[in-house]
Amino acid sequence: MSVAEKSPYGYRYIGAKRRAKEHPRFVTGRGRYVADIALPGMKHVALVASPHASARIVAVDTKAALAMPGVLYVLTGEEFCAATDSLAIGVDAPKVTRWALARGVVRYAGEWVAAVVAESRALAEDAAERIDVEYETLPHVIDPEEALKPGAPLVHPAHGSNVLYHRKFVWGPVEEAFAKAGHRIAFRATWGRSATVPIETFGVAAQWDAGTGILDIWASIQMPKYPDQTARALRLPGNAVRVHYDVDVGGSYGVKRGIKHTVLVGYLAKKLGVPVRFVEDRLENMRGGDMQGPDRFFDMQVAFDADGTIRALKIRAVDDVGAYAGRSPFQLGKPVTAICGPYAIPAVEYEPTSLMTNKTPQEAVRGFGQSPTNFAIERAIDRVAAHLKMDRVELRRKNLIRKEQFPYTIPSGSTYDSGDYHAVLDKALAAADWPALVRARDDARRAGRLAGIGVSTCLEPSGGNSAFEVLFNPKVENTTWMDSCLVRVDLSGAVTGVINNSSSGQGHESLVSTVLGEILERDPAGVRVVRADSLTALPSNSPVGSRMAVMLGGAAAGAAKTIRETLIRIAAHNFECSPEDLEYRDGNVNLKGAPEKRLTWDQLVEIAHRKYHKLPPGMEPGLQAKFTWQVPTGGGLPTPDGRIQIYPCYSFEAHVVFVEIDRDTAKPALRKYVVGHDCGVMINPDIVHGMTYGGVAHGIGAALYEKFSYTEDGQLASGTFMDYLIPSAMEVPGVKIVDHCTPSPLTEFGQKGSGEAGYLGGPAAIANAVNDALAPLGAAIDTLPMSHLAIWEAITASRRGTPP
Amino acid sequence: MSGTLHSISVEVNGVRREARVPARLSLVDWLRDELRLTGTHVGCEHGVCGACSVMLDGEPVRSCLMYAVQAHGHRVTTVEGLAKADGSMSVLQDSFCETHGLQCGYCTPGMLIAAQALLDANPDPGEEQIRDAIGGNLCRCTGYQPIVDAVKLAAERMRGAK
Repeated sequence: MSVAEKSPYGYRYIGAKRRAKEHPRFVTGRGRYVADIALPGMKHVALVASPHASARIVAVDTKAALAMPGVLYVLTGEEFCAATDSLAIGVDAPKVTRWALARGVVRYAGEWVAAVVAESRALAEDAAERIDVEYETLPHVIDPEEALKPGAPLVHPAHGSNVLYHRKFVWGPVEEAFAKAGHRIAFRATWGRSATVPIETFGVAAQWDAGTGILDIWASIQMPKYPDQTARALRLPGNAVRVHYDVDVGGSYGVKRGIKHTVLVGYLAKKLGVPVRFVEDRLENMRGGDMQGPDRFFDMQVAFDADGTIRALKIRAVDDVGAYAGRSPFQLGKPVTAICGPYAIPAVEYEPTSLMTNKTPQEAVRGFGQSPTNFAIERAIDRVAAHLKMDRVELRRKNLIRKEQFPYTIPSGSTYDSGDYHAVLDKALAAADWPALVRARDDARRAGRLAGIGVSTCLEPSGGNSAFEVLFNPKVENTTWMDSCLVRVDLSGAVTGVINNSSSGQGHESLVSTVLGEILERDPAGVRVVRADSLTALPSNSPVGSRMAVMLGGAAAGAAKTIRETLIRIAAHNFECSPEDLEYRDGNVNLKGAPEKRLTWDQLVEIAHRKYHKLPPGMEPGLQAKFTWQVPTGGGLPTPDGRIQIYPCYSFEAHVVFVEIDRDTAKPALRKYVVGHDCGVMINPDIVHGMTYGGVAHGIGAALYEKFSYTEDGQLASGTFMDYLIPSAMEVPGVKIVDHCTPSPLTEFGQKGSGEAGYLGGPAAIANAVNDALAPLGAAIDTLPMSHLAIWEAITASRRGTPP
Repeated sequence: MSGTLHSISVEVNGVRREARVPARLSLVDWLRDELRLTGTHVGCEHGVCGACSVMLDGEPVRSCLMYAVQAHGHRVTTVEGLAKADGSMSVLQDSFCETHGLQCGYCTPGMLIAAQALLDANPDPGEEQIRDAIGGNLCRCTGYQPIVDAVKLAAERMRGAK
């Protein structure tokens, strides 16, 4: 959708149409991605992967490989695991150790067993084929229900169980509500294993400088605490690892956390004394790259009254995280902050179980577990409506938190900053022309076609905080997830913002330049934004959890305000007046009521940089300011019953989808797609809309096409783009986005975060639409993805009179 | 075997390039690693994602599915060759910037190649034709809508300039 040239919020730059600063280098082929980094003398890595889901490694014969021309080294798990430490794990499960190369046993098909270093990737691959590994297979478990049973094969026998994390939270009088409610339903909703699968795979290059003792790293990374974890695993001090954040990342949406890849390549670079690079091929990315997503079933129970008032929820969620755990169990923790959706439900029971099987490990995926949870909740809402024969939209209106209830605290402890959910839903319905949509559906049905409408309403928790860590692991007292910005004004008067992370398409250079321009009243086009490396960086927790508009935007604003105050103080000193007597305009400072009595930007900058004698006593010379910001509302510890404020800001979205399903082929076609979205003040509307379009497309994939399927013997059956189906321009329809703005009271400009929009409510709305289409047949599907085959089977079963 | 080298002569972005390459070297690896034209990206190496698209004699092809030796005697255009003669952005490149037709930029070179090939053949494509033309190029960021908008805008602007 087109964006107004002028800010709709009354700002100079914020909210107005502005091209992204990053685009010119990308459209001209001048991006700098990790695979573009060619270090002099660089060597390349290829991997040997396990063919078995579970096996003991009996012997690794590397002789033939080492004898090949161009081969420098073969690294096995035996050497690597002795020389490095196990990767960090989020929950309290110290026996669930994990290295980049298997230590003695393999726990999933595709797990890396050995690494070859050679002059070229091709030679390394040739050599990897000549490495002979002898295995003794062991029992494995793939199905999560089987993995829960007593006597199931244990993925990590030392841990004593396949359960990584389990707790039952009860917030509010749940049993009482279930006893008193007029109606109850129960059902299972299942979210299939998919992920974000960026078009760029993960890659990392490393170079050890024996002279300085610094390991330099370039990587396609999006990960908090990445330099610290790399250093720790390599047994190096933190200041011996220098991560260069000026690497363009070709998409991530959560998953680009190649910590194991990095430790492996870092070790090799240091050991061999040569630069080493590893870039995953597609199969390595999808199988051994450890970047698959949530794989989860929900046993849902809802208690409600005849008038549609929902009294309580019981949610049992079992998430199969695969063979190892990093932060993946926390993907059951973040949804605690939106555990009853956008609804005023007074009592909730939540029983999350994080479970291991012999599959590829799970990594963070867009929304960090929230989209699956939203899918289960929104299926519940539609099922309640069907049970009561009540209109789905009316039921939502009845239970949505009302705008006068903000700030609103949900039973699990998070207080929501602001919102007007009814207004956004109404805007989406109006934009979709709801009555016309209903007519179109009913006409289609009368003509014998299958058509359905889906609605979902859900939250997009934003401002990414990690409070789920202290909730899920009391041994970790991590209560800050700060972010920072450094602003410099050089002698020429040019403004530079320094940020402390790499970006994967979120437009952080555009964000920071716009914010600095707004506060300093300077044209953002002239503001440069550069990236520190991890040794020069201020504290950051990377762009995860829809946090950067809030956290980096807030940090940039804080630093810019200091610069502005500094300029005013310099002027006050030179005019021998109080700062209150002055006003700041376009970077110049003048006496109030006397615009001719002023010091210009250039004059003030010159004083700061050169004329110490004109600076107020005690002021630092030069002109720079840093600001490190704690997540607003963050810092608390959970109550004993597990109530805690998790994220600060809560965006909202409402989806309306119209689907038609071909009766004979079961092929679904999305004929209309509308998203109503409120993330407060949008700093750059094009960037917000862009991520929302992308989120919708990703949600279409999760709902209808994408699945990491496993055979019974534990082999990944969808490791290419010919069987793991990413929606193309032919599957993704035109999408209409309708904006609404409820400013957050917690942030500088009223912004909330966004970046997960579209994905958070998309699968839920599409599932509701498909189920609406199937309803006349008496068929229902509560398992994602709803593949053509699954829909066809549902239709066929209904014809036979045996609904699945 | 990979040891044997073959002479090739390819016109890349208007410049004649001569090289001796092993038979198994893919076209994309030659462009990226030997010629350092790193604007062309590798996404899947099995011909599905379209990130490595280049034009071969004006037609979009997957440079991951071609060997460098197969390009011998042909004309290759990469994203680096799309800019105007003075080095400034082409109408299509500029239109992608205008409609926010990209985010991470990784699929973008392939998208530009596919879209430019369409516009070269059809100056007034409809939405369906645009979607068809980029249907073999996967993007995970944009949901395609802003890319479709960019191609429409570029077509309009190019027609207006004539």
